[in-house]
Amino acid sequence: MEAKGIYARLEQRFPGKVSGLKDAVADPLLMVDAQAIVEVGRFLRDEPELRFEILSDLTALDFPKEEKLQVVYHLYSYTFRHQVVLKVDLSREAACVSTMEGVWKVANWFEREVFDLFGVVFDGHSDLRRILLPEDWEGYPLRKDYVEQEEYDGISTERAPLVEKLLR
Amino acid sequence: MKPLLNSLPETVFTTKVDSLLNWGRASSQWYMLFGLACCAIELMQTGGPRADVDRFGCVPRATPRQSDLMIVAGTLTYKMAKRTKLLYDQMPDPKYVISMGSCSNCGGLFQLAYSVCKGVDKIIPVDVYVPGCPPRPEALTEGLLRIQDKIMRERWLVRQSDGAQESVGA
Repeated sequence: MEAKGIYARLEQRFPGKVSGLKDAVADPLLMVDAQAIVEVGRFLRDEPELRFEILSDLTALDFPKEEKLQVVYHLYSYTFRHQVVLKVDLSREAACVSTMEGVWKVANWFEREVFDLFGVVFDGHSDLRRILLPEDWEGYPLRKDYVEQEEYDGISTERAPLVEKLLR
Repeated sequence: MKPLLNSLPETVFTTKVDSLLNWGRASSQWYMLFGLACCAIELMQTGGPRADVDRFGCVPRATPRQSDLMIVAGTLTYKMAKRTKLLYDQMPDPKYVISMGSCSNCGGLFQLAYSVCKGVDKIIPVDVYVPGCPPRPEALTEGLLRIQDKIMRERWLVRQSDGAQESVGA
C-alpha cells in the first residue's frame, strides 16, 4: 500500500492523532501523537491490509533550537513490502514515551540504545539500562549540548594538542 | 653435525648469568591471546605461518596469568579500558606491553569520539609503540624484536644486590 493509503487508514482509525504526511521522500514519514504511538503501532502490525511485521529501526534526533527530541520508528511489512516512518515529538527536558516492546519485541534493545545515547525514557520498558556505554557513564553523548567530561574513571580524555585544535 | 655432537660435552661456554636469564626470557615471550578490533586480524596473521613469530618463541596464551606480553591490538574504548587494566594487573611480572596500531597509540581515527580512550598509555605503561593502521605483520614482528632488545639490556641480578640483601644477612 502507498504511504497515502496508510496515512488515510490511520487518520480514519485515529482522528487527530496523526499528522504531517511527507510522501515525496525516499522513506515516507508521518507524525504521530506521543500518547497514541503504541496504539498506532499495534494497529499497523495487526491490520490485515497493513501487516507491518517488523520494526526495522528505532532511533532519535535532537533539535536543541526547537526544544524537542524526535523518536523515529522505521516499519516494514514483509507481506506487502511497504514501509513507513513514524515520528514522535518529545520535549527535551522530560523526554518520555511509552515503550514499543509490547508490540515489537526488538524494541527492547533499540530503546535501550536511544536511552543510552539520547536519554529518552521509555515508560514501561522491562530493562531500561545503558546498552553500549559503561553503566557509570554520565550524560547522553548524542545530544547536541553534550559536553565531554574532563576524565572518565580516572582516565584523562585529553587528546594530542594538534587534535584538540580540530575540535570545535 | 656429527663431529659437533661428539665434541659438545667437552665444550665450555662462558656467559653472564644475567645474559643467560635474559636470553631465556627474550626467547619465550608468550603473548596474551587478546584482540580488540581489526588490528587483531593482523595479530593473527603475525602468529600465522607466513610471519610466524613462533620462531622467536612467541606463542599465544589464553590467560593473562601465563602471559609475559600484552599486545593491545585495536581500538580501546573506555568500557574496555577497565577490563584491559584488569587483565594487565593479572599478568605476572616481568611483563611487557606492545601498543599495536594508531588506535591504541593515541585513539587514532576514532579519537574525536566520546567513547574511545586516547591511547592505551593512559591506563597502562607501554614498552613499544607500533605505528600503522593496521600495522603489517612485519611491523609487529619488528615490535616484538624491540621488546627482545629491551629484555636483553635488563640486569636483574645487579638490580637486586644493592644493600638490601646484605643487611638481611647481617
